[in-house]
Amino acid sequence: MSLAMTAMIDITDARKTFTMHLQGGIELPVVRGVTFHVDPGECVVLSGPSGAGKSSILKMIFGNYRCDSGRIGIRHRGALIDLAVAEPRQVLNVRRVTIGYVSQFLRAVPRVATIDVVAEPLIVNGLARPEAQARAGALLHRLNIPERLWQLPPATFSGGEQQRVNIARGFISDLPILLLDEPTASLDAANRTVAVELIAEKKRQGVAMVAIVHDDEIRHLIADRIVDVTSFAAAA
Amino acid sequence: MAELDTLESDQPLLVAESLSKSFGRIAACREVSFALYPGEVLAIVGESGSGKSTLLQMLSGQLTPSAGRVSYRMRDGVARDLTTLGEAERRFLFRTDWGYVHQDPAQGLRMAVSAGANVGERLMAVGWNHYGRIRDTASDWLMRVEIDVARIDDAPRTYSGGMRQRLQIARNLVTEPRLVFMDEPTGGLDVSVQARLLDLLRSLVAELHLAVIIVTHDLAVARLLSHRVMVMKGGRVIETGLTDQVLDDPREPYTQLLVSSILPP
Repeated sequence: MSLAMTAMIDITDARKTFTMHLQGGIELPVVRGVTFHVDPGECVVLSGPSGAGKSSILKMIFGNYRCDSGRIGIRHRGALIDLAVAEPRQVLNVRRVTIGYVSQFLRAVPRVATIDVVAEPLIVNGLARPEAQARAGALLHRLNIPERLWQLPPATFSGGEQQRVNIARGFISDLPILLLDEPTASLDAANRTVAVELIAEKKRQGVAMVAIVHDDEIRHLIADRIVDVTSFAAAA
Repeated sequence: MAELDTLESDQPLLVAESLSKSFGRIAACREVSFALYPGEVLAIVGESGSGKSTLLQMLSGQLTPSAGRVSYRMRDGVARDLTTLGEAERRFLFRTDWGYVHQDPAQGLRMAVSAGANVGERLMAVGWNHYGRIRDTASDWLMRVEIDVARIDDAPRTYSGGMRQRLQIARNLVTEPRLVFMDEPTGGLDVSVQARLLDLLRSLVAELHLAVIIVTHDLAVARLLSHRVMVMKGGRVIETGLTDQVLDDPREPYTQLLVSSILPP
């Protein structure tokens, strides 16, 4: 059991089905038998065609989707907890100090300045605002968001700019687990390179990552291991 | 990090145990139980007639339950059953440690006295008596809820709907309550005014580490403000959990219906 001793994420036999009550109660199997682990400093890329359940698995690890059965083991403050049965308060706590989620789209917070959107994850973990903003600024610089935009809310930015703000917000914290859902989808070559560098730095810091990336080149650059999701396909 | 540790280890602020209320033969609320922790925002959603307003009234001690009980941990750390509180103690709670934001600001404000007095009154009720300090604090709070301080001597009846609601919030928060009840706080407002109010509420709740119980039929309000939701139907809680989990992965037929009825943003 040396695996379970060190893994940051340890998923065993997780299963997810949607029951669509408004469509006559039809059952929509998503995944079953999901079993894999992720060690510190490792980036596992989920592969498989769209609709295979890759995003659903990320959402199950984040506690956003519930599991029908199985366990989602997460190392949280040194102890392994099962997120599949955790209390809401515990899930929120895990999200604050253990798991970050970088989605494809920024869920825009109206009226909040970009610099504060990026600095927020540090502030909620107790860092002083000036220091948090300094780190946010450094990251926005690296991701080529011009300083004149920092005081504006990101809602009015282009898709690519919003995604870079989103990446900055996701990568700023020191969380030991990161889930990446297509983090580079609408970036140009220069910013893709920055994103790949950021992922490499997280690995060196021992962060465990699970990623979905469709770009073969990026996948090749970041993946330590590939988990083929088609093997978890839930046959109806 | 101190805040996080208290979040994990703290005692609940309010505990509801098997709360039920019947009006004659009609069961308005059946067997509702939950615990609310400091800094936690709980949304109670459901359509009219689901029992959510009855529940809110019992939780805030305004309605006596037919069965079950509500206990609240006072500032001295002792949990007290609400029904055992005397009328004076209950009123004191309402003036200090609790806030109550009504859907209609006219119910929570005194419409004929000045905005400054509306806010200052809560401070005087807890023993403040220095006019200058009361006025300064009232001005601060008007600014925090984005009301022009030049309007401090105007009565809220001269205010717009959105301003009235923000004034009601200032009046409630000035005594630094630990728990605020909100009954459809964005109910009667225009959509653009709603967005601004929600945004303001969101930041104030986080900054002041408030516990909130908010009744709403609007799932967008629940998503933006709450950590946890309880979905009510026919007086019962039919589904409960983390807000994004219940809204993104609803399990019960009725919750799926509610979620599918939201227009895409």
